[in-house]
Amino acid sequence: MELYEPDRLSAAQIAATRRSLSNGRGALSRRSLLRATGAGALTIGGVAGLGACGIPPAKRESGGPASTDHSAKEKRVVFSNWTEYMDVSEDEKSYPTLEAFTKRTGIQVKYTADINDNVEFFGKIQPQLAAGQDTGRDLICVTDWLAARIIRLGWAQKLDPANLPHAFANLSQQFRSPDWDPGRAYTYPWTGIPSVIAYNTKATKGRKIESVSQLLDDPDLKGRVSFLSEMRDSIGLTLLDMGKDPASFSDDDFDGAVARIQKAVDKKQIRRFTGNDYTADLSKGDIAACIAWAGDIVQLQADNPDIQFAIPESGYMISSDNLLVPAKARHKTNAEKLIDHYYELPMAAQLAAYINYVCPVEGVGAELAKIDKSMASNPLILPDAEMASKSHAFRSLSGEEETAYEEKFAKLIGA
Amino acid sequence: MTATEAPPAPPTPPTPTVTEAAVRKVPRRKRLIPYWLLLPGILWLLVFFALPMVYQASTSVQTGSLEEGFEVTWHFATYWDAIQEYYPQFVRSLLYAGTATVLCLLLGYPLAYLIAFKAGRWRNLLLVLVIAPFFTSFLIRTLAWKTILADDGTVVGALDALRVLDVTSWLGWTADDRVLATPMAVVCGLTYNFLPFMILPLYTSLERIDGRLHEAAGDLYARPATTFRKVTVPLSMPGIVSGTLLTFIPASGDYVNAELLGSTDTKMVGSVIQSQFLRVLDYPTAAALSFILMAVVLVVVTVYIRRSGTEDLV
Repeated sequence: MELYEPDRLSAAQIAATRRSLSNGRGALSRRSLLRATGAGALTIGGVAGLGACGIPPAKRESGGPASTDHSAKEKRVVFSNWTEYMDVSEDEKSYPTLEAFTKRTGIQVKYTADINDNVEFFGKIQPQLAAGQDTGRDLICVTDWLAARIIRLGWAQKLDPANLPHAFANLSQQFRSPDWDPGRAYTYPWTGIPSVIAYNTKATKGRKIESVSQLLDDPDLKGRVSFLSEMRDSIGLTLLDMGKDPASFSDDDFDGAVARIQKAVDKKQIRRFTGNDYTADLSKGDIAACIAWAGDIVQLQADNPDIQFAIPESGYMISSDNLLVPAKARHKTNAEKLIDHYYELPMAAQLAAYINYVCPVEGVGAELAKIDKSMASNPLILPDAEMASKSHAFRSLSGEEETAYEEKFAKLIGA
Repeated sequence: MTATEAPPAPPTPPTPTVTEAAVRKVPRRKRLIPYWLLLPGILWLLVFFALPMVYQASTSVQTGSLEEGFEVTWHFATYWDAIQEYYPQFVRSLLYAGTATVLCLLLGYPLAYLIAFKAGRWRNLLLVLVIAPFFTSFLIRTLAWKTILADDGTVVGALDALRVLDVTSWLGWTADDRVLATPMAVVCGLTYNFLPFMILPLYTSLERIDGRLHEAAGDLYARPATTFRKVTVPLSMPGIVSGTLLTFIPASGDYVNAELLGSTDTKMVGSVIQSQFLRVLDYPTAAALSFILMAVVLVVVTVYIRRSGTEDLV
């Protein structure tokens, strides 16, 4: 009798195993199918097809961004905003300030919180805008550098001051004339976003962290510092710390700031570059100190008394999220009325009390104090004169500069 | 698929009313049936795979800027530049995805084996538990790991007390007595997120194995270990191969784990593609990187399938 030899399989056995594995589907195997599909794709694509493609210039010279305004006939407006950027009622089912608008003007607002990220949102609307089509949105809210890019590309509609009396009168001085939209011809700010230093006193063992240099160099903070993955905030604060002006820096200054942060990355001082997700890490103490957005800090402080913020002596960066009417939008006048609505003091106060960012409306203090006294005295919501004097904005960049700087910054953060 | 010849005409002499075309009509329609069945799939592939591929291939050889537009200039140097610039991220992606795949196999095989052969009436419950995490979003599952691996958390505390962290930081997997923002956290996240893609194919192929084969092996004096090696593993090869592919391929292109659990020196090539596309707006480089990644994965997978000797399965 032949003994069972587990280590040696005969050729026939191997073949049998293989057959049993292949399960009898020989004729139409996935491989042959893949091969056929691949060949088909190549034929269709062809070299000619490759050559025919191309992306047309984004900048639109002819036609212009304006479109027929259907506002008078169609009493509606479509508003795209960031998530959690609007006051909601107690039962979280309605938006009180938007309802007030509808009640007063009879214009229905279709409100969607579909913006999570500037670059992703730009990727989403860019094809339509580039093709000169309506995005289906009458009013969008984007951060200043993206608003600047949209204006630069000719994709924003000029606003009509006649529809914006309150906005014109009440816009606070700090936001009146950014270099990318002089005199606010195209945009009005929704909120101001200061970038400051925040720290968790429990994690720093009671020590105060008050400068960017400390974030970059303090050995006690090694591996527990985070910077923002938003280039203008991280580089801007570093430029200020180095004694440069973010409103008028040169290429060399930019490279210097990148090199300064790179040194901290190399010695593992900086743990991560983050988006909004730094808040949880800071609250837990995994991050001891970081660059943070002021609105987040107001909310974190409400839950965690260990969270502190500091305005660096050298100054802090302020950016803004701005409302603008994209090209070819159908309801421009309605959108302008909606902008103006939020520059009326009671509405502005109600919004500011809910979203906790800097309110760009002058004289809102008294109204805000009616809702919540502590908020009216919080410099992160209503900056006092001293704080406002320390604010700096990042200068606007040309398309070329933007690509070059973002490329360098991407290398810095590892991608 | 080979088109088969029409079967020979029936031996009975044709009646004058039936023409030859009518005789051939039936087999031709039959012959076309597979193509009709394939049509939806082929159309899908054309619209959502072939066309985007052509478009991206074209983008990768264009030059220009967002303002001026991009034109096809057959600038193949983009590929070379991209490789030179970003090869560390490529190597890292393959390394992390490979490690995660091996870990998934080591964790998933025993579990799939248990569910297939030993679970009895718990089988369905266990399968549901394997899939259950998928009911929450990918992002939330990944963020949950930040809590699990928190610096002052119990997991890191235990690893530190057991001196495991000393070993891992000597190996360069962790740093400064922490796990988050290190390669180890990224690999853990990848392993966790793709584990079900390993378990399910393994389970289906193990479950199909006839239990009598094990008995037969026992009757032929094979020890359990030998039975496992000579019967179970070869018969579960289809599951192993498809499981590893389903894990490795998406893991090598993933960027969420590296982004949330990692640091600057753990970024994978997915992050680079994302930032080139969305932030830098350098579409050609991003497209070229995508193609290089696809080619690299294709080569790795082909070599793997060849070596594992199961090419007729996949």
